[in-house]
Amino acid sequence: MDWRDHGILLTSRRHGETSAIIEVFTESHGRHAGVVRGGTSRKIAPILQPGAQLDVLWRARLEEHIGTFQVEPLRSRAAAAFSGRLALSGLNAVVSLLTFCLPEREAHPALYTRTERLMDLLGQDEIWPLAYLRWELALLDELGFGLDLTACAATGTTEGLIYVSPKTGRAVSAKGAGDWADKMLPLPPCLRGEGTAPDAEIAEALRTTGYFLNRRVAPALGHNPLPEARARFVDQVTRRL
Amino acid sequence: MGTNSEIDNLIDLMAKLPGLGPRSARRAVLHLIRKRALLLTPLSDAMQQVAVTARECLNCGNVGTTDICDICNSEARATGELCVVEDVADLWAMERSRVFKGRYHVLGGTLSALDGIGPDELRIPRLRDRVLAEGITEVILALNATVDGQTTAHYIADQLEGQVRLTSLAQGVPIGGELDYLDDGTITAALRARKEI
Repeated sequence: MDWRDHGILLTSRRHGETSAIIEVFTESHGRHAGVVRGGTSRKIAPILQPGAQLDVLWRARLEEHIGTFQVEPLRSRAAAAFSGRLALSGLNAVVSLLTFCLPEREAHPALYTRTERLMDLLGQDEIWPLAYLRWELALLDELGFGLDLTACAATGTTEGLIYVSPKTGRAVSAKGAGDWADKMLPLPPCLRGEGTAPDAEIAEALRTTGYFLNRRVAPALGHNPLPEARARFVDQVTRRL
Repeated sequence: MGTNSEIDNLIDLMAKLPGLGPRSARRAVLHLIRKRALLLTPLSDAMQQVAVTARECLNCGNVGTTDICDICNSEARATGELCVVEDVADLWAMERSRVFKGRYHVLGGTLSALDGIGPDELRIPRLRDRVLAEGITEVILALNATVDGQTTAHYIADQLEGQVRLTSLAQGVPIGGELDYLDDGTITAALRARKEI
């Protein structure tokens, strides 16, 4: 059996002397692994860099086999990623979170489209942190831990929403939080797609999304710690303050 | 196979070498046996010697036959420049060019979250110590132009920022390269690093 798709390379590791096992996030087949024969050669190894946009042809005798990939490069994002620390740490954060969070062979076309758009913005440091934040919200949503930031969970109001409940992931107003305000997570306007989104707000918003990745997603995936790469990206955003 | 167990054993060991498989190992062993005096005995002696004496330089991680390698011992190479490379093969590649006259620091790999390789698994703490102890004025990050290599370079740059001049190798068109055959990433990097002529 075989299929052809396009996707974003997540990981590549050496397999034997000449081959590589890669993981690609594809539009119609989700996160999918396969062997690339000759993947460590001088010709193919430079193509197999995380973030690369590839056209892949997967072949296997049975569906449950790991199979082999034939890869054609569509776009390399290495130059954009190497342009600075923020871009490189951002690329690492995205590929490690996708590898960490997504189940194998389960299609997530909407998340794929968002990821491709985010990757194409690499190198544009002014807008990238905000684009990343929105992508992380979409990732939480896709995994079933989406935040509901439309109205206050306690009072129902849509005005003055400044907190997120760590329990429900729903927005809470100052009045609705009451005595529990110090237990709440911050809800900066950029998290609701409002305002000019300065770096300080984005860093605060990443603390909120990070909480749900750490406390909801990671336990659901066997209590493994979140990839270090995300913390390094958040550190790079914080350094710009 | 018509050979005895010692020779089979040698073939099995040779087949484990990079670039060799069982068939090429058999050919190599047969060749060695036929050229016993010319190749097999000197090779065996040389391997025996290296097996006893080869060790990693305690200072830089280079492979040599003494605790401190020749490059680290040479006063002429105390130029204040320190070239950071991923592994010994990269150090040898730099030495073949005969352009760099300073000293080296071999990291022993790159940072990789996937493989659980953190700064302490590499020789990054030792690098920090050397920068202070050896009066280093410039650290040249000669790491591979891969995502892992550049992530490691940026991590080291973060660690040494403000202490020393930090530079990295240029990226772009290789000598003898034709633009038509280059990937878009290399062309972008080359254009960004363009210079006046």
